[in-house]
This record gives sequence, structure tokens and C-alpha cells, in this order.
Amino acid sequence: MNINWGLALDSFPYLMQGAKITLQFTIVSVLFGMVLGLIFALGKLAQNKLIRYISSAYVDFFRGTPLLVQIFLIYFGVPQLFSFTLPDNYQYIAGAIALSLNCGAYTAEIFRSGIQSIDYGQTEAARSLGMSHFQAMRYIILPQAFKVVVPPLGNEFIAMLKDSSLLAIIAIEELMYTGKIITGRTFQPMPIYLMVALIYLVMTMALSMLVNYTEKRLGKSDIRK
Amino acid sequence: MIYVSNLHKYFGALEVLKGIDIHIKEREVVVVIGASGSGKSTFLRCLNKLEDITSGEIVIDGIPLNSEANVNAIRREVGMVFQRFNLFPHMTALENVALAPQIVRNLSKQEANQIGMELLIKVGLSDKVNEYPRRLSGGQQQRVAIARALAMRPKVMLFDEPTSALDPEMVGEVLAVMRDLAREGMTMVVVTHEMGFAREVGDRVIFIDEGVIVEEGNPVEVFSNPQNPRTQAFLSKIL
Repeated sequence: MNINWGLALDSFPYLMQGAKITLQFTIVSVLFGMVLGLIFALGKLAQNKLIRYISSAYVDFFRGTPLLVQIFLIYFGVPQLFSFTLPDNYQYIAGAIALSLNCGAYTAEIFRSGIQSIDYGQTEAARSLGMSHFQAMRYIILPQAFKVVVPPLGNEFIAMLKDSSLLAIIAIEELMYTGKIITGRTFQPMPIYLMVALIYLVMTMALSMLVNYTEKRLGKSDIRK
Repeated sequence: MIYVSNLHKYFGALEVLKGIDIHIKEREVVVVIGASGSGKSTFLRCLNKLEDITSGEIVIDGIPLNSEANVNAIRREVGMVFQRFNLFPHMTALENVALAPQIVRNLSKQEANQIGMELLIKVGLSDKVNEYPRRLSGGQQQRVAIARALAMRPKVMLFDEPTSALDPEMVGEVLAVMRDLAREGMTMVVVTHEMGFAREVGDRVIFIDEGVIVEEGNPVEVFSNPQNPRTQAFLSKIL
């Protein structure tokens, strides 16, 4: 079997098109995931039992089932449930929703542990000054918790970037899917997938450097006592 | 100013406070002493509902400590200083002091900073305004914490062993700030092991043992001539 290594370079521009889509889906799901994560982290810490129960159910479901199954449920399952016909680009919506919900569940646990890692004396000091529960969260607890969660949050984002390759299964033209299409035409899996892997690696390493940089910048006032 | 009647507090099955009754007048400085585990800190923390009370009644400045709204109202009028300072580590000294006046009292940032500066000068930290807590010594941190509580213009100040976490050479600077405060007429409840401070500044000392007030009175009299055997035993160990 001849391996055409040159194809790795030839396919590079097309793969970069896919990488762009990969990045877009990662950014969208991370943004929505952070919002969902914060909401459900506070939900898990809420006084109200029902809110706690709903939040736990959400987190358990999306952490306890494979992302691939979640993608199928939302792409194939939800339209059946509401019996609407698929719009042409429904896979993009379904993909983004599945990734966001999945990311939100992991992020919720990261935020929850971050919030709980802050010394209870901080809450007591805030409340003793007359701050409401909300104000204590907003001004005292969350700013400190955000610093604690930057490293695990960074890991989650990197995981999200890699997991977005599962979107290839529902024909979203991200990096993995593009690699698959080119391989199908050329029958050269080795150079193509190697290049795909390389591009993922560069993206995850760049992201990890960004996380380290953020971590250092946030260290200014420092939370160590 | 502060009325407490028949205050009981349980932690699970353990009864920590067994019926506390006390009336603290405006401008009075009450020093609470007792062995660790006697319930003195718990008593203090009940006064601004950092601990839920099991039964009994607390009224501060005419406001009964019962509903959630009243709890917030009382906390605005009652300042608290903690053993471990509990400064906000992500804020400078000035931000620590000026935050609550802004978001709780709705003052402008400028007004709040003005108050913050005045108070930091008052506690002798005019040169540490923009430092973060971790760059301050324990004594300096505790003085910032006092300024932070004072920024809310409280009518009562509660001190929960304010010098117990400090190195010995820093105790004096914190006590000096508290002494000034007492002289200005602040109503204060102070849990402390500093008997010299109690004797000099306290109008009244109360000795709590096993969740009850065993003895109370003028500090000089209680220290020199304790009536209750448990007070005698406690004082003989620490004086």
C-alpha cells in the first residue's frame, strides 16, 4: 500500500475549514455551558429542595450518559417527540444544544466544588455586614470561586474541544468529519487522520496555554492566606 | 439596646446555651469570659443570628430577631469582628471597608471610599489602604476588619475573640483600637481572654460556664473577689 504523505499537506486547507467549525462549536458550547453550569451549581446549593433535586437530576443525567447518546437523543429523538419536520440545518442546532447541555453539567460540578471550597467565614463576614445571600454570592464568594475553578474549567474546555469530534456522526462539517470525507475520496487514512490529530493537538495546546495565562493573571490579589 | 431572655441553643442533642438572660444598655461594654466550650462564642453569634436560636427571645435596638427581614435589619446595625478576621482576600483594605456601605447602604462609591479612608486612618492604617489582606500582618488585618464593621455605622459591635489568633506583639494594637471605640461610647460585647482589657475597659463582665451565666458584675469586683466557685476556679487558672 502506497502512502501518499503529500496528501496531508494538500488536505490542510480543507481540514482548516473543518477546524474553524470545530472551534465555533466549542466556543458556543463553552459559553452556554458556563451559563448553565453557574445556574445549576447555584441550583444544587439552593435552599429549595425541588430546585436542588432538578439540578442534581440534570447534572447526573448529562454526566452519567455518553455524549454520543445525548447527541442522538437530541438530533433524532426530540423531533420525534414533538413530531416536527427537520429544518435543513437542524443538525447544527442539535449539535450545539447537546454539547452545551453536556458541558453545562460538568461545569456545574466544577462551579459547585469551587463555591464550596471558599471558607464559610467569608459568607459569615458578608452576611454580618448586612449583605443578602445574593450579594454575598455576587461580590464575595463567586469572585473567589472563579479563581479556584480556572484550572478544572480549562480541562473541561479542552475535553469539550476534543469531544466535539463526535458531531461528525450527525454530518456537521467539523474537523473530524472533513477528515472522514477526504479519506473516503482518497483512501489515504494515515496521512489525513495524522494531520487531523495534529490540528487537534495544536488547538488543545493553545487552549491550555491560554488557561495558564489566565490563571497567572488572576493570581494578582491571590486567595492564599 | 440588647435584650436577651431565656435563650436556648442546641447543636443536635447537645444543649450549648441553657437559658441566657441579659440586658445590655446603650454605651455599655460587656466582656464575656469563660472556658472554651462554655458557649460564650455561640452566645455572641446568636446575637446577629449567625447561629439559629432554638428558643428564647432576642431584641436589639427595638427590633426582635425573628423574621428574615428583621435579621437583615439587625445585621446592618450590628458589627461583628471575627477571631480569624475573615477579610475578603480578593479586595484591597479600602475595598474591604467600602463595599458594604455601597451595596447595603446604597452610598455612592465616592462617599463609601471617603468613609473607608477615614476609618482606615482611625485604625492607624492610612499607609495600607491599597494593600491586599495577605500582605498585611494579623494585627493589621484585624484592624481592617474592625474598620470594615464600623463602616456600616453600627450601633453595637460584637467581638468574637478578636486577639486569639494574633501573635502576642500584635495584640496591643488591636486592643488599643477597641479601647478607643469604647471611649467613644460604642455599645460593645466582647468575648475575650484578655483579662487586663476586661478590667480596664469593661463596664461589666459576665462569666459563662456550661451554657449559663454563672456570675456577672463589675470587672474589678469579679476579678478580685469572685463569689461562685466555678468563677474562682476559672480565674485562678488564667490570672
